[in-house]
Amino acid sequence: MTAALTPLASEEFQAPGLGLFDWPPLVEGVAWFNKPALLALITMLLAIVLAYAAFSRPKLVPKGVQNLGEMAYEFAREQIARPFLGKDSDRWMPLIFSLFIFVLIANLFGSVIFIQFPFMSIIGYPAILAIGVFLLVTYLGIKHQGPVGYFKNMMFPPGLPKWIYVLVAPIEFISTFILRHVTHALRLFATMMAGHLILALFSEVGWHFLFVNLTPAGAIVGVLGVAMTIVMTAFELFIQALQAYVFALLTAMFISTSLHAEH
Amino acid sequence: MTGSLAAIGYGLAAIGPGIGVGIIFGNGVQAIARNPEAYPIIRTNMMLGFVFTEALALIGIALGFVWAG
Repeated sequence: MTAALTPLASEEFQAPGLGLFDWPPLVEGVAWFNKPALLALITMLLAIVLAYAAFSRPKLVPKGVQNLGEMAYEFAREQIARPFLGKDSDRWMPLIFSLFIFVLIANLFGSVIFIQFPFMSIIGYPAILAIGVFLLVTYLGIKHQGPVGYFKNMMFPPGLPKWIYVLVAPIEFISTFILRHVTHALRLFATMMAGHLILALFSEVGWHFLFVNLTPAGAIVGVLGVAMTIVMTAFELFIQALQAYVFALLTAMFISTSLHAEH
Repeated sequence: MTGSLAAIGYGLAAIGPGIGVGIIFGNGVQAIARNPEAYPIIRTNMMLGFVFTEALALIGIALGFVWAG
C-alpha cells in the first residue's frame, strides 16, 4: 500500500532552474544561432516592418496600423521623452522610440503562446543595449560639457560643504558612471528572468500534480498552480510593458543629464 | 535539510526595496491626491524612484543565482 503511494524517484517534483535559459543551436554547427538569437532577429524585423507600415505613407486621417504607430509614438514622446528632454525631445525620438518598441516586442514574446521566451532574460541582449546607451551618453556628456566639465559636474555637485566632497566624489563617480548603466541592463534582465522562472515554476507545478502524478491531495496544489500561472501571466504582461517603458525612460534621463549639467 | 542559502539571502535583500517601494508609491499617491493636476510629473518621478529602488532587489536576484552554484 505504502509502496504504491510513494512516488518513483523520477516522478518527484523538480523545480525548474537555470536550465531554462540554455538553448541548443537550431542549426548544427552554428553555435550562436539558438532560439533567443532567432527571436532577436524576428523582433528587429517586426519593429522595422511595424514602423515602415505605420509611417512610410502617412495619411492625414490615420487608419489601421498608422493609428497604432501614432499611438505608440505619441506615448513615447509625451510620457518618455518630453518630461526629461523638453524641446530637444524630437531630436532624440528616433532612438527612444526604437528602443521602446524593440524592448516592448522582445518582452511581449514572453507571453506569446508557443514562443513564451523573453530573450531579454539572457544578460547579453540587454547588456548590448545598455552598453550602446553608455557609450552614447558618455560621448554626449564630453561633447556638451567638455572632457573635464563632464566629470567635474558629475563628481562635484555644487552647494555642498568642502569636506564632504571626499565622500561624495567617489560615490557619485561609481553610481553615475558605472552602477547606473549596470543596473540599466540588470533591471531588464532580472525582471524578465525572474518572471520567466516564476511562470515556469507554476506551470510545472500544474503539469506535475495534474498530469504526471495525480493524487487527491496533489490535485488541489495542481489546480492552484494552473490558476497562479494564469494570474502571473497577466501580471507579467504588465511588467513586460512597464520594463520597456522604464528602459526608454532611463535612456531619456541619461541623455538629458549628459546634455545639461545638473544645477 | 536541503536547499540554497541564496533563497534566504534574497529574502533578506528584498526587505529594504519592499519598504522603499511602499514608501514611494504611498507618498506618490498622497501627492497626487493633494494636487491632481501635477499627476503626469508625479507619475514620472514616482516611476523613477520605483525603478531605482527596485534595482536593489533585482541585484539580489541576480547575485543569488551567481553564487547559488
